[in-house]
Amino acid sequence: MKSLSEKGVRRILMAVAFSAISALLLITLFIINEGVPFIFKYGVGNFLFSSDWHPQQMKFGIFPMITASLWVTFGAMLLGAPLGVAVALFLSEYVPRPIMRIIKPTIELLAAIPSVVYGFIGVIVLAPLIRNYLGGPGLSLLSGSIILGIMILPTVISISIDSILAVPQSYREGSLALGATTWQTINMVTVKASKSGIIASIILGLGRAIGETMAVIMVAGNSVNMPHSALDSVRTLTANIALEMSYATGLHRQALFATGVVLFVGIIILNSIASIALRKRMVKG
Amino acid sequence: MTTEKNKIEISGLDLYYGKFHALQSVSMPVQKNLITALIGPSGCGKSTLLRCLNRMNDLISGVKVTGKVLLDQSDIYSPTFEVTELRKRVGMVFQRPNPFPLSIYDNVVYGLKVAGMNNRKKMEEIAEKSLMGAWLWDNVKDKLHHSALELPLDQQQRLCVARLLAIEPEVILMDEPCSALDPIATMKIEELMLELKKNYTIVIVTHNMQQAARVSDFTGYMLLGKMIEFNVTKDIFTRPKEKLTEEYISGKYG
Repeated sequence: MKSLSEKGVRRILMAVAFSAISALLLITLFIINEGVPFIFKYGVGNFLFSSDWHPQQMKFGIFPMITASLWVTFGAMLLGAPLGVAVALFLSEYVPRPIMRIIKPTIELLAAIPSVVYGFIGVIVLAPLIRNYLGGPGLSLLSGSIILGIMILPTVISISIDSILAVPQSYREGSLALGATTWQTINMVTVKASKSGIIASIILGLGRAIGETMAVIMVAGNSVNMPHSALDSVRTLTANIALEMSYATGLHRQALFATGVVLFVGIIILNSIASIALRKRMVKG
Repeated sequence: MTTEKNKIEISGLDLYYGKFHALQSVSMPVQKNLITALIGPSGCGKSTLLRCLNRMNDLISGVKVTGKVLLDQSDIYSPTFEVTELRKRVGMVFQRPNPFPLSIYDNVVYGLKVAGMNNRKKMEEIAEKSLMGAWLWDNVKDKLHHSALELPLDQQQRLCVARLLAIEPEVILMDEPCSALDPIATMKIEELMLELKKNYTIVIVTHNMQQAARVSDFTGYMLLGKMIEFNVTKDIFTRPKEKLTEEYISGKYG
């Protein structure tokens, strides 16, 4: 009797697990199936490196979008990575542990704010500031970068803190006992010992920044242009899919799926690098 | 026990962890170029006392220290005494070997880099000398740039000694340096200590009474935060003055 219910539970869990996994697999297969044939039909070079995006005239070059995505992400990293790592070092090495244990979950909560809210703040506060003080339309590559830079902070801070706290206290004691100052200890031992975790946190932040859609649509302006300055309006890969998918048909629709494939591959590569870096940390102990 | 030979002089030292009175009016001299051992049951405050000597207790929040610790007649707890300077003069070897996750070479020259040295040739010379001083040179001379964490535990501990020798401290504090090591490795560290005392003043905390008897010149027996008896090691172990000491030595306690 008992073994029968054991078996039953096992079967049910197995069915649920398989349906979840197969849903993921199906989505992946669907995107690849819709997108990859188009890429080869249209030509890999034409698709990736042409600047002509005129769906009505059957021109599908996504180079401006790739450029925009890379620049927006690069800008976000330029802001978010140093800021996030600095906050993580400050919270884990200078702030008393009990206070850090309150602040860290609070920062992690920032990750729960819907991206549309970040976008909203960007439109209402950031874009007018940029328009008034720096010029341009305000909704621009720069505002996209700043909003994304802020959005990735919780990821960078939280994972960096975890890896810094995993550094054994004995390393810090050993360093201080040799006459090192707190900053020398951080710079020469703590950061080196937690390097792979910090790198992983930045890469995961990078993945989040590339994949972010809603906030970017709201603040980046969305014109399909090769950006010439940080104040230009740009459209990222994600924004391109989200903006046009609702009315696209035929080749146009396939081109959008192909855009998804490009994003998909990029993010998979980044996440694999991150998980390899994290695993290296585990092995090192 | 003439005063001029006292490298360190502890007098009326009290330490509180929050409300807990961990050291109670402890006084003790540490003589130059001799080995002073602190013994006593777990939790008696011997490690805490040791950590007062290079102010490692500063790292723990809620610690309050009163009383005096004089190093060459100047009070290390006075506000004008630079704590990083103190730790360069009073080095420490920890209970568990704690080499940094860097190469063997980078471990040895760490203290030099911290002190601002960047002369590569000089650092290499000092590294070799320090590793020889810690009897480790022959084991590691062909793999100086391998990770220090690859070494066996006893060699890691000797690397931690070498790391100290590089910055030429005046006093070496050892906090149960052999508790993670097997008997043969322990013997080697003890021999090393006897060699080191020619040039350094050593204070060792141990819960191994035989170890204290073998290597030390002076021994202090501590119990519940108090220094019960401090005397020449031979006297402590052969004719203790205090009944409490005798009970501990003879194994009736702890």
